[in-house]
Amino acid sequence: MAARTRFPAGIALESHKRADWVLPVRHLPLPSRVMLSLDPGTGAAAEPVVSVGDVVARGAVVGRASSPFSANVHASIAGTVIAVEERESATPGGVSLCVIIARTEAETVAPLQRPAPDVSALDAAQLQQALRDAGFAGLGGAGFPTATKLDAARGRSVHTLLLNGAECEPWISCDDALMQTAADDVIVGAGVLRHACGATACIVAIEDDKPAAIAAVTSAIERARDPAMTLAIVPAVYPRGAERQLITAVTGVETPSGGLPVDAGIVCQNVATAAAVARWARHGEPLLSRIVTVTGSGVASPCNVHAPLGTPLAELVTAAGGYQGTPLRLIAGGNMTGLALPSDEVGLGKATNCVFVATGADLAPRLDAFEHPCIRCGDCADVCPAGLLPQQLHRAALADEHGTLRDLGVFDCIDCGLCDYVCPSQIPLAHRFRLARGRLRETDAAARKAEAARERHELRKRRLRDEAAEQQRAFEAVRGQALAADGRASATRGDADNDTAGKAGGITGSGPPGVTH
Amino acid sequence: MRFDTSPAPHVIAGYSVPRVMFQVLLALVPVAIAHIVLLGPGLLLQLAVACVTALLAEAIALRWRGRDAAPALKDGSVLVTACLLALSLTPLLPWWLTALGTALAVLLGKHVFGGLGQNPFNPAMVGYAILLVSFPLEMTRWPVPLDVPDTHSWTELARMTFAGFYGAASDARWDAYTGATALDAIRTGLDLRYTLPEILGRDDVMGPLGARGFAWINLAALAGGLYLLARRLVRWHIPVAVLAGLLVPACIAHALDPGGSLSATTHALAGATMLAAFFIATDPVSAATSDRGRLWYGAGIGLLAWIIRTWGGYPDGFAFAVLLMNLAVPFIDRYTVPRIHGRPR
Repeated sequence: MAARTRFPAGIALESHKRADWVLPVRHLPLPSRVMLSLDPGTGAAAEPVVSVGDVVARGAVVGRASSPFSANVHASIAGTVIAVEERESATPGGVSLCVIIARTEAETVAPLQRPAPDVSALDAAQLQQALRDAGFAGLGGAGFPTATKLDAARGRSVHTLLLNGAECEPWISCDDALMQTAADDVIVGAGVLRHACGATACIVAIEDDKPAAIAAVTSAIERARDPAMTLAIVPAVYPRGAERQLITAVTGVETPSGGLPVDAGIVCQNVATAAAVARWARHGEPLLSRIVTVTGSGVASPCNVHAPLGTPLAELVTAAGGYQGTPLRLIAGGNMTGLALPSDEVGLGKATNCVFVATGADLAPRLDAFEHPCIRCGDCADVCPAGLLPQQLHRAALADEHGTLRDLGVFDCIDCGLCDYVCPSQIPLAHRFRLARGRLRETDAAARKAEAARERHELRKRRLRDEAAEQQRAFEAVRGQALAADGRASATRGDADNDTAGKAGGITGSGPPGVTH
Repeated sequence: MRFDTSPAPHVIAGYSVPRVMFQVLLALVPVAIAHIVLLGPGLLLQLAVACVTALLAEAIALRWRGRDAAPALKDGSVLVTACLLALSLTPLLPWWLTALGTALAVLLGKHVFGGLGQNPFNPAMVGYAILLVSFPLEMTRWPVPLDVPDTHSWTELARMTFAGFYGAASDARWDAYTGATALDAIRTGLDLRYTLPEILGRDDVMGPLGARGFAWINLAALAGGLYLLARRLVRWHIPVAVLAGLLVPACIAHALDPGGSLSATTHALAGATMLAAFFIATDPVSAATSDRGRLWYGAGIGLLAWIIRTWGGYPDGFAFAVLLMNLAVPFIDRYTVPRIHGRPR
């Protein structure tokens, strides 16, 4: 293990996590319709397998994973498919292919009961496939398909499963609520996930500002009597809960730049994902619902809500007492990394951990800020959890210097937004880096395309050359036969045709007509 | 309901460039007070001339460059430049030299490179260095601290800074009012083969307040600097490195040759040491970027200042030390990029 040396600081942000409304978790009456995004948050949508008019049961597959970056999508309520279309969604692209289902069943339903999978009888690969079929994707905010993350452990010596219950972003408390109400599920799910990735040890990491969750998980671990399960308490410093930063904070190991946590022998999963996996292991329920925090100064009664996936965010806001004041921004996620949505007619996504309704008080003072030039004060570098120099990156981003951007680690940026937070010139650094990464990826894609086109051209040239040579050989063979036949003929007819043989020899060098290189 | 879709993050701490600049100006108050008490109210005239010129030059430069002048004038950066330059000048400097130096600082030190954030050199030191090499006599006529009451009277000051520079009769006045600074006197004394204890024993060198009053000015600058450190407007790397770069060689040289080399205490409390360490070298625009780079940058300034004070042609060397290290910043930055999380050590 590498020694723990420079650990970038981050900031202890004001948490806005009021313990008085974390619990109870409210349960909604089933929404009249759900809008299920087929994109888990990675940009890779599942293939829809239903069409308008189909009647689907609760738990039926409506979208099938088509790549390692997508996950199966299940009907979270029973009903009729009324649309399969591109629409606004709580995914990074802002728009994705969605399946919309109108409810036909009663307003409340019992948990889905299916035959429970026999987890212990499955090997790791089968278990991963089963989790893929059950539609699991990271519930922590990134939405990366769980099975793909577990699959990356294959062939690498993964020793530790790290369960992320840090929940470092301000305002969000859905994992806190989950750990307090379903700590045993977290431990059971951890067992399944460990089995699926081959990890022997499991660490649950929680930030020290959640004493109730820490107590609940501690007693759940005691009840489980599993010596391989441990609890790690990390200081409440943003963004200590980001995957790479949490791994370093808990184990001292750094995930290699450009690599994955499995390269450091660790698989990281969110505690909510583990709890959902436990429900699946218990009664076969695929990923149909999640707990989400509905908060911000723009809602009357902030709370945590357990809701079916695809529930319109407007209904979640209603569950939290409705809008109050002047809501200016509706954010899927927290105030540091969340995605501002254009409308509340958007379905709850697998990765949507928070619906944050911001008024001017939550956003100030950015709304009317003037962007000053960078004065190179270096405050951004001081807080950067990835150890970058944002002020230098910014200069390279403005100049669009691709090599410099890569060298300075634009792809090591975890998009935490702290550089923006502290910048006295109020420069939108994180967004500029996001755009720069987009441009770099486009350039890479264009370069790959050009390279592919070049290779195709080379192959075609070689094929034409080969074809020409083949034709030449065929011609030679025919000519040889003809000459041989001629020879036999002239042997019988004498030397009358000598001129013809000479002409045929002249043709040999130029090849068959019509073939050019 | 529809909402606006600005990119994350959706909240910022609310620090601002004008606030940073205002805090720096506030931190300069102690040194300004010490300056006025010891050397007379001439500083106020210099500050007024420098600030007005700086704002005018900034407005004109922005207009030439086709930019909106209002936000830049309000950000306060040009006032910091003007105040640092005024504090570096003798309070008896003719007003037009102050104006010239400030205008050159803003135009040649800042705007020819593209304005705030783009200048490779510390603008105040550009102005100071141009004045020092062009007008060495005027630039080194410092009033004798507390000694000459006339330099504390407004009419006399006005005559000297606004009119008295001209005409033969004023020469005698100048001689009466001004004298060499401690560093200057020590340099001259050493050149004349006096030993240090002899020079330092003279009243007109050290005076009752140490280093001819400059000790108090330096202590006041140190107080302001500590305020900047406490408010985290300046991080410790540059000031500590500047002082180490100056005082470590001074200690060694003084230990080897007590008769010919100044002690670390004298170096620390004479001339522009504290103002340079906390206010001038810490200008972030022209300093190195990373913490490690800032240590090298600061140490270079301290060491160069010691070399210039010891062997150079000028009694104090911070302006040139800062400008030389400004030149080295791209080089330092290139070799002190901090290790990115997850990259090989």
